[in-house]
Amino acid sequence: MTALNPIEALQAAFADAIEDAQTFRGETTIVVAREAIVDVCRYCRDTEGLAYNFLSDVTGVDYHPQEPRFGVLYHLYSMIHNRSLRLKVLLPGDDPVVPSVTEVYPAANWSEREIYDLLGVRFSGHPDMRRILLPDDWEGHPLRKDYPLGKETVQFSFNFDHVDQYKPYAQE
Amino acid sequence: MTGIRDSAWEGDLEQLKGLVSERALTGETMVLNMGPQHPSTHGVLRLILELDGETIVNCTPDVGYLHTGIEKTFESKRYEQAVVLTDRMDYLNPLGNNLAYCLAVEKLTELDVPPRAQYLRVLLAELTRINSHLVWLGTHALDIGAMSVFLYCFREREKVLDIFEMVAGQRMMATYFRPGGLWRDVPEEFEPAVRDFLDYFPAKIDDYEKLLTENPLWRDRTQGIGYLSADDAVRLGCTGPTLRGSGVNWDIRKAIPYSSYDHFEFDVPLGQHGDVYDRYLIRIEEMRQSLRIVRQALDNLPSGPVRSNNRKYVPPPRSEIGHSMEALIHHFKLWTEGFRPPEGEVYVRVESPRGELGCFLASDGSPRPWRVHFRTPSFIHLSALPHMAKGHMIADLVGIVGSIDIVLGDCDR
Repeated sequence: MTALNPIEALQAAFADAIEDAQTFRGETTIVVAREAIVDVCRYCRDTEGLAYNFLSDVTGVDYHPQEPRFGVLYHLYSMIHNRSLRLKVLLPGDDPVVPSVTEVYPAANWSEREIYDLLGVRFSGHPDMRRILLPDDWEGHPLRKDYPLGKETVQFSFNFDHVDQYKPYAQE
Repeated sequence: MTGIRDSAWEGDLEQLKGLVSERALTGETMVLNMGPQHPSTHGVLRLILELDGETIVNCTPDVGYLHTGIEKTFESKRYEQAVVLTDRMDYLNPLGNNLAYCLAVEKLTELDVPPRAQYLRVLLAELTRINSHLVWLGTHALDIGAMSVFLYCFREREKVLDIFEMVAGQRMMATYFRPGGLWRDVPEEFEPAVRDFLDYFPAKIDDYEKLLTENPLWRDRTQGIGYLSADDAVRLGCTGPTLRGSGVNWDIRKAIPYSSYDHFEFDVPLGQHGDVYDRYLIRIEEMRQSLRIVRQALDNLPSGPVRSNNRKYVPPPRSEIGHSMEALIHHFKLWTEGFRPPEGEVYVRVESPRGELGCFLASDGSPRPWRVHFRTPSFIHLSALPHMAKGHMIADLVGIVGSIDIVLGDCDR
C-alpha cells in the first residue's frame, strides 16, 4: 500500500475541520478544529495509506497571553510507514475543553489526565478525569503561565524584620 | 467480611468511585493498598488493589509522589542550563535523557554535531543502557526471590559508574552531553577502561543466565505472567522491551536512527509470548547487543572535535578568548543571555532502556524554552499495568511491575 500525504488526505476528508498545516524541521503539524479531533484521529488510524497506529504522546502548551490560549498536541506515529504526524487543537482560554481521544488511542488516558492536572484543560468523555501527579486538593494548574512562582526573599540585615514578619512562624 | 460502607473507614465513598467495583462496597472483595512504601514498587508507587481472595480484580496505580515540577523548572532555565535537569528525571538513564534533550535543541537550532561526539554519545548511551538493565535485573530478581543476582549486578554496575565518573566527574548525574556535542573529550584512560569492561562483562551475563534462565523456580514465577498481546501493547502505547516482548519489531534506533545509530550493526531481540519471562530474555540479550555497539563505536571512533564550532550556540574554548575579540563577545553573550533559537516546536524520540523517551520542545524565540515536555516510558507503561495485572495473583503483581521496568522519577518528573 502506498503512503498518502497526510495534509492532502485530511484536507480532502475534513475540509472544514483542518484549520492550518505547516512543516517545520521536517515535522508536519496539522491544526484541527476541536469538534473533529476524535474523527480525525480515527481516520488517521484506520485509513490504509495513513495508518498512524501508535500514539506516542499527548501534551499541552499554554500560549498565554495569546488567544487562542491553549494548544493540545497529539504525536502520532505509523509503524507501517515509519513516519510521524502532529495534530494540534487550539482552545480558547475561557473554555479549555476538548473531546478525549481515549476511545481511539487508549494510550492517551494518562497523558490527558496529566494535561488536565498541570494545565487545566478538560477532556470531555474521558473515563477517569482526575488529577494524576498533584494531590487531589491542589489549587490551580502549575504549568499555566499565569500560575504564580513561589519564592522566598533572602533575609539580609537591612530587611531582616521586614522579611521576618512574612515568615510562617512570625504570624503566630 | 464487612463492606466499606459498614466499616469504620471515615473517607468519602466518592473518592473510590471508578477505582473499585460495586463488589468492594458490599464487602465481597477486599480493597488493599500496596505501597507507597513497598520494596517491590521500585520507588514510591501506590497501587490500589481490589482483591477477590488472592486474585486481582482491579488495580489502580497512584503516582505523583516524586513529582518535582521539572517541566516547569525548564521554563525558567536557559537552554544550556537545562541539561542538568534532565539527568534527574530517570536517574538510571541520565545520559539517555541528556541525549533526548540535546537532540531536541539541536533539531530546533539545526546545530551540527561532530562525528566523534556522535560516536561517543552512542557508546555512552549504550553503557547507560547496560547500567539501567543491571539495576533492573538485580531488583527484578530480588523481588521474585533470587537474592544473589542483585549483588552480582550491582558489582558489575560499579564498573560502568566508574567509567561515567572518569569522563564526567559524576557517577550518576553525568550531564555530559551538551547541545552541539559533549562537555569535553574523553580522557586517555577511557579507552583501556572500556576495553577492560568489554572483556570482563560478557562472562558475567552468562553467569546471570546460569542463575535464572533455566531455573525452574524463575520460570514458574515468570512464564505466562503479565501477558500482553501485540495489539494491546501498541494500543496502550507500550514501547521498548515491553513492546518487543510481545513480538512487535519496533526499535527507534533502527526505525528512526539518531546520533549515527545507522552506522552500527546490532540485532533487535524479539519475544514471542509477551510475558514477564520474554521481557527478561530480551533485556538480557539487549545487554549483549549493547556490548556489540560499544565495541564497534570504540573500534571506529573518529578523531576530531567533540563539540560544534557554531559560535552562535556553542561557547568558544578558553584558549580562543585570549586572542579573539569575536570569541570574547560570543562568550559574553552566551553566558549572560544564552542563545535564541528560532520560534517553533519539535519532538524528538530516542530509545531509552525502558522504551520511547520523547522530548517535546516549544520555543518562542527567547533564550528560555517556552515549554518542555518529556514523554516518559515509565509513565505510559504504568498506565498499561492494570490491563496486565487483572486476573493474576497478588504475588505475581510484583513480577509484572518489575518486568515493565519503571523508574518513578521518570514517571512523575
